[in-house]
Amino acid sequence: MSAVLETLGLGKRFGGIVATDNVSFRLERGARHALIGPNGAGKTTFVNLLTGVLPPSSGRVLLAGEDITRLKPEARVRRGLVRTFQINQLFADLTPLETLSIAVDERLGQGADWRRRVGAHADVPREVAAVAERFGLSDVLDARTDTLPYGKQRLLEIAVAFACAPQVLLLDEPAAGVPESERRGILEAIAALPSEVAVLLIEHDMDLVFHFATRISVLVDGALFAEGDPATIAADPKVRAVYLGEGGHG
Amino acid sequence: MSANASLVRRARWRWPEALVWVIAFGLLFLPPGKHLLLNEIAILALFALSLDLILGYAGIISLGHAAFFGLGAYAAGLMCKHVTPDPLAGLVVATLLAAMMGLLTSLLVLRGSDLTRLMVTLGVALVLHEIANALSRWTGGADGLQGMVVGPLLGRFDFDLYGRTAYAYSLTALFILFLAARRIVHSLFGLSLMAIRRNRLRAAALGVPVNRRLVAVYALSAAYAGAAGALLAQTTAYVSLEVLEFGRSADVLLALIIGGAGWLYGGLAGAVIFKVLQDTLSAGAPQFWMFWMGLFLVVLALVGRDRLFRLVRR
Amino acid sequence: MATILFDGVAYGMLLFVLACGLAVTLGLMNFVNLAHGAFAMAGGYVVVILMDRWGVPFLACLPAAFIVAAMLGLLLERTLYRHMYSRTHLDQVLFSIGLVFIAVAATDYFLGSSQRNITLPSWLQGRKEILGVNVGIYRSFIIVLCGALALGLQLGLMRTRFGSRLRAAVDDARVARGLGIPVGKVFAVTFAVGSGLAGLGGALGTELLGIDPQFPLRFMIYFLIVVAVGGTSGIMGPFLASLLLGVADVAGKYYLSSALGGFVIYVVLIAVLVFRPHGLFARSR
Ligand SMILES: Nc1ncnc2c1ncn2[C@@H]1O[C@H](COP(=O)(O)OP(=O)(O)OP(=O)(O)O)[C@@H](O)[C@H]1O
Ligand SMILES: [Mg+2]
Repeated sequence: MSAVLETLGLGKRFGGIVATDNVSFRLERGARHALIGPNGAGKTTFVNLLTGVLPPSSGRVLLAGEDITRLKPEARVRRGLVRTFQINQLFADLTPLETLSIAVDERLGQGADWRRRVGAHADVPREVAAVAERFGLSDVLDARTDTLPYGKQRLLEIAVAFACAPQVLLLDEPAAGVPESERRGILEAIAALPSEVAVLLIEHDMDLVFHFATRISVLVDGALFAEGDPATIAADPKVRAVYLGEGGHG
Repeated sequence: MSANASLVRRARWRWPEALVWVIAFGLLFLPPGKHLLLNEIAILALFALSLDLILGYAGIISLGHAAFFGLGAYAAGLMCKHVTPDPLAGLVVATLLAAMMGLLTSLLVLRGSDLTRLMVTLGVALVLHEIANALSRWTGGADGLQGMVVGPLLGRFDFDLYGRTAYAYSLTALFILFLAARRIVHSLFGLSLMAIRRNRLRAAALGVPVNRRLVAVYALSAAYAGAAGALLAQTTAYVSLEVLEFGRSADVLLALIIGGAGWLYGGLAGAVIFKVLQDTLSAGAPQFWMFWMGLFLVVLALVGRDRLFRLVRR
Repeated sequence: MATILFDGVAYGMLLFVLACGLAVTLGLMNFVNLAHGAFAMAGGYVVVILMDRWGVPFLACLPAAFIVAAMLGLLLERTLYRHMYSRTHLDQVLFSIGLVFIAVAATDYFLGSSQRNITLPSWLQGRKEILGVNVGIYRSFIIVLCGALALGLQLGLMRTRFGSRLRAAVDDARVARGLGIPVGKVFAVTFAVGSGLAGLGGALGTELLGIDPQFPLRFMIYFLIVVAVGGTSGIMGPFLASLLLGVADVAGKYYLSSALGGFVIYVVLIAVLVFRPHGLFARSR
């Protein structure tokens, strides 16, 4: 198998804090990979480095073998490296229709088109409709985003990322804060992601992690601490001591 | 402003909108007397519309929007004196030049925080002001650019003393540019701007090329400001350094804030209120106008723009 | 040449006293106060009125200018400014432009629009040859006084309890409150002192810069430059920036034309803002 996403000695420091410590990591094509680690381990920072929100202090990021370390976030998105946010970053007063349209328009290269009107109700672009359908958002396409139940908003986070046609999807705690009653929808949506998309899932919920992942990496204090298939990780005494013992759900 | 309506609905024409324009054009048939003021209103409205494009739709604060207004004014003035008296040619050239200037300076403006942006925009306007002052052989320096003889509009309509032609000219330009702006903000491009204004990080994560969009809208806004400046130069046949001064940048910001940023008609409504008030209040003593303006701003800022406008709308 | 340098330094020192209050409110507290010059103008007019109408000696006018401006600052801070600290920069801009307009209009209405000057006491007039350099006595006076003020401020900010409280409050108001620091009062006093210093600067500058109702607008950009170029990590940066600006302005207007001199300064401002957004003298973070 070949890596679709790879980092080489990636590092990030904030003043005195080393948030990412010399991480060399591989994500295989079509992977179902989980990244776990205690609070403040540097998981979100790692995602920020991968997606270009933060510049790394050292190291490189390769996407499909190509160095993307210096590319802007939007250029990475166009190459299929897409993320969701741990804390919702949605446009509160826009509708899901509008939000999804932006992603689809950009991908189709028509985001700069200043003559074409935003699609009228009757002809919601087919793609937006398909994405909405997939994530169970069809009936709320025209509601203001901030009026949606939290679970729907989390689904919209993922749907929007999906609308960018990712080859790598980085999910930063997609179920965080979602009440139990709405959780299922999210788990199902994640499970139903197409197999050709490589998924890196960051999650504290060990049930979800072990159901979903075929490979798990553990991040502690910014450094890769352990990596292996779920059984190996679950059995690793070091991991149990450092992470699972520390009040994780597992 | 009516943010909860969906964009699609926002793009549709409603009858009050049409009414606004019917009245604006209807005022052309007023007996002579007020057309000079109306002309000034139309020009300020265009200038405020231009600021709205960056402030209301892209979230860029500028304290130096007069840079483009002034550039357009001088460009139109010099075109008229040295190249051709035809106003339309001057208008087009001034608009294009201002757009180019916007393109160039956007690179400075896009970096940094709100605070640096405030100062950079202010600085750019001041630099242009100093240049205009230094090139007095061309610009007339502190005395202003005099001796413009503007030719008839379309080769037919002379600019009269009462300003009727001037108002017709400015209003038509405003109308056409307004239609274009309306089209643009409701387009896919406009939608991506809305995303950028709300959350840049998110917009970029959706694949929106943030900087490129901002450069584009900044240049567009500069072009509009340049057109407004050109209209002023041509309809008054005079350009002074005042077109580049801080006061101009402040005035247009005020006009836009009065009308409300981010809904296109804010600039228009603001320009009407601003000019009418200015006209009435400074009839007594010029200080009155400034005083009331200042008081209004202080109250506005203290109460909060959103809250004040909500009160007024009720 | 040396004389120009000397005049530039004097001008720069004056700018520093005028702008150092803003260096704290804008630079440290991140509050956009375009009305800072209004306090300087208040100080200037205090001197003009006291000397012209009541024949108060110049030296006695200086503390009066400080006190009036500081009181004005305190009053406005307690009633208005403190509500604006947490607002957006756009709101702060609108608010402070509004204040400027009110100040300009009121001054113009009550005191007239013409520029006012004062006659310095004779012992401050004239020039002297010092070490082969022809220097103005009043400018030497300014250098000594403002230099002492700058030194005092630096010590006050770094060495006193008030200074450390201010730095803590600016760093993180919430944490500071938790530590029992009366953040609101600290800000109010800081604001008052900053306004007072501006008033003092305006008083000292009356002779050199002239005072008129447009003063707050005329010098707004200079104050902003001092803060932008000086950076936000203390007052040494703004101090150096003031000196640089003073010398550059005097030299620029002397060697180039006055318009081109201004041009050079603004271009430098933009370059600094774009390439060193934390200020020319800030330690890189
Ligand atoms: N912009 C920043 N500036 C300074 N420090 C930061 C910044 N972003 C993150 N950090 C620090 O880096 C470390 C890693 O934070 P990060 O958010 O990546 O952790 P995380 O693993 O995602 O935690 P959680 O599970 O709580 O989401 C923390 O100590 C955090 O305080
Ligand atoms: Mg995180």
